[in-house]
Amino acid sequence: MPFGNSHNQVKMRFSSDEEFPDLLAHNNHMAKVLTPDMYARLRNKETSSGFTLDDVIQTGVDNPGHPFIMTVGCVAGDEETYEVFKDLLDPVIEDRHGGYKPTDKHKTDLNPENLQGGDDLDSNYVLSSRVRTGRSIRGFCLPPHCSRGERRAIEQLSIQALDSLEGDLKGKYYALKNMTEEEQQQLIDDHFLFDKPVSPLLLASGMARDWPDGRGIWHNDNKTFLVWVNEEDHLRVISMQKGGNMREVFTRFCTGLTKIEELFKERGHEFMWNEHLGYVLTCPSNLGTGLRAGVHVKLPNLSKHEKFGEVLKRLRLQKRGTGGVDTAAVGGVFDISNADRLGFSEVELVQMVVDGVNLLVSMEKCLEAGEGIDDLMPEQK
Amino acid sequence: MAAKQRQQLSNSNFWTENLRLTVGVTMASSFGRLMSGRGAAALLAGLGAGTMATGFLGSENGSLVAEAKKKLYPPSSDFPDLRKHNNCMASALSPAIYAKLRDKLTPNNWTLDQCIQTGVDNPGHPFIKTVGCVAGDEESYEVFAELFDPVIKDRHNGYDPRTMTHPTDLDASKITNGMFDEKYVLSSRVRTGRSIRGLSLPPACSRAERREVERVVVTALAGLKGDLAGRYYGLGDMTEKEQQQLIDDHFLFDKPVSPLLTCAFMARDWPDARGIWHNNEKTFLIWVNEEDHTRVISMEKGGNMQRVFERFCRGLKQVEQLIQERGWEFMWNERLGYILTCPSNLGTGLRAGVHVRLPHLSQDARFSKILDNLRLQKRGTGGVDTAAVGDTFDISNNDRLGKSEVELVQLLVDGVNFLIECEKKLEKGQDIAVPDPVAQFKK
Repeated sequence: MPFGNSHNQVKMRFSSDEEFPDLLAHNNHMAKVLTPDMYARLRNKETSSGFTLDDVIQTGVDNPGHPFIMTVGCVAGDEETYEVFKDLLDPVIEDRHGGYKPTDKHKTDLNPENLQGGDDLDSNYVLSSRVRTGRSIRGFCLPPHCSRGERRAIEQLSIQALDSLEGDLKGKYYALKNMTEEEQQQLIDDHFLFDKPVSPLLLASGMARDWPDGRGIWHNDNKTFLVWVNEEDHLRVISMQKGGNMREVFTRFCTGLTKIEELFKERGHEFMWNEHLGYVLTCPSNLGTGLRAGVHVKLPNLSKHEKFGEVLKRLRLQKRGTGGVDTAAVGGVFDISNADRLGFSEVELVQMVVDGVNLLVSMEKCLEAGEGIDDLMPEQK
Repeated sequence: MAAKQRQQLSNSNFWTENLRLTVGVTMASSFGRLMSGRGAAALLAGLGAGTMATGFLGSENGSLVAEAKKKLYPPSSDFPDLRKHNNCMASALSPAIYAKLRDKLTPNNWTLDQCIQTGVDNPGHPFIKTVGCVAGDEESYEVFAELFDPVIKDRHNGYDPRTMTHPTDLDASKITNGMFDEKYVLSSRVRTGRSIRGLSLPPACSRAERREVERVVVTALAGLKGDLAGRYYGLGDMTEKEQQQLIDDHFLFDKPVSPLLTCAFMARDWPDARGIWHNNEKTFLIWVNEEDHTRVISMEKGGNMQRVFERFCRGLKQVEQLIQERGWEFMWNERLGYILTCPSNLGTGLRAGVHVRLPHLSQDARFSKILDNLRLQKRGTGGVDTAAVGDTFDISNNDRLGKSEVELVQLLVDGVNFLIECEKKLEKGQDIAVPDPVAQFKK
């Protein structure tokens, strides 16, 4: 699924030109890169699990994109996708990840000791801190392509591993299809519950098939460490808490992830990772660290300043509304996070957020006091 | 077999050979890299395929992996969880049937999982029973007959495709009393669908196949003359003005939003190769590549169902002739009649209906029973899933399979005439009687 290699053979009856998608109205990374020649070269290829070029690009064909926002427009169905279709994915990755070359190496650093500071972001401004990433289990197909049997196997493995966590990481799994009304309400109140995707970007790639089979949420008793199973990736791992102690959030994040990886290895499984792409995830935008470290921060004055966008750009940060991607800010409170994923280590990215947010808060305080922010303007990182 | 289809088959053999060689080389290199990484031994052991290491340089690699995967994930591990489901597919699909059919392929390489995905993803409504499965091609109904036959029986009131045959009759001259009282009937309409044999259906078709459907149909429609002469508007190319006109005429169809359709893969590549054709008089309309290859609609204001059906039959026959001239034909067989994407539309695929005002009758407690016995259904005037506005209803035939087009339209005609008589009686303060139920098919 969705269509696979056997169906691909049947398409070979038609010429490449007859099958080439109409991308004239499109503005996404896939559409920028895919030429008729490239399509002709790649269209009879398939990964060993049967994922084809059309499977990779379907979401980008169905979602032309927005004139101002550049979406990725392609997904992987398994680890091998990034190999078999590298002619398409390497330039997409290069374009999306700031010039990352096919020969570049990605550094992984999950040692929280390497982070400087970060434990004292001003909690008069910083309301909450959060770090998330994703992980894929090697040997299984990814959400766009996996069968029900595979998805259930991923769920079982994840439950076994997570159930072995101890101490402040000890917690419980809630399968989406079994949860009681009460459990569901609690998870909604905690802002933990994820719903069936509605975004056409996700639906068109086949990720929502068989919902809610094999999907669930695990969280520790303290509600500071959360794992989503079989949503957009095999695992999404989230560490979060109120206030500005990003250091603590990141430490728990690293400890938890490392522990989970160990538990999987004890059972004969490992995460998809290689030294070129780092951690392999469904969407090319999440390769490398897959890491988004962010805060909810009050910047009512700074956000109205004409240089706000420029500051963020130089700090390599992005803003979102507090509802997450595609939402608007409410009451001057913004979600500020790292813009990069690949080519920087986890520690480097969190450092950028810590240093950047500290600067943003200083600027906010200046503006509150009626001062200018010109001499605080940062260099481009 | 048409020349065109013979050519396609020989192309297909050529490409299949090419593919095997290409795939073998590609997979050997990429698979090799995967296998030499960490955990290779664990993965191979996990797949339970000790012979794979020796075999992987060969072009048989894809099938080896597929075989290993089938062993690792037997049908029982893939069987969908249908406990909360209420659709025809969920009622019919047992683990035994799934196990038998899971690894089968139609000649277009369509699978059971692809047929049932929409039913797995849409559990249904406690009160409305949806179908829950679609065909990807004509052969789906054969290869997966063990699922489709009971679904068809459930949906079509006991019609058994194994033992019964479906009558086709498009002779409009047989209709009697087909002119309704226009004090009550505001408009009349007949619709059906047609599929082009040899090309996959909307859930399964590739972009090239879909474009081929468009080409075949649009070329044929260009040959229509007289009151049927008209024009095609491709969804992707129409101007703002054309779009607005089509909306005002109530002709424009939009990208499906119903998850019943989107989960069945029908909206892929939208709006590529989709469009609307209509005659200059705006009484004969064809949708291309929406839920079926074609949806054919004849309609006009007022109560002249006779003329609407006459135009419908004439138009359909002419289109059929025009495609046959070029070596194509519609999907049809005597078991299932006209083959369409959704099993609910097999047979005639025909919905004949009117918009009719029934202010008194609709308030009467016997209204639903009368409709049931006449084998009619009511909808709001916005179509399926809408509520009636005021006292105007969309009344149409319930059945699609097991009765011919003429029989169904006559049932509709007789039924609507009866409803109007009831309305008139109630207006005068007279009583009405619930009619006897109409007979089902001859066994």
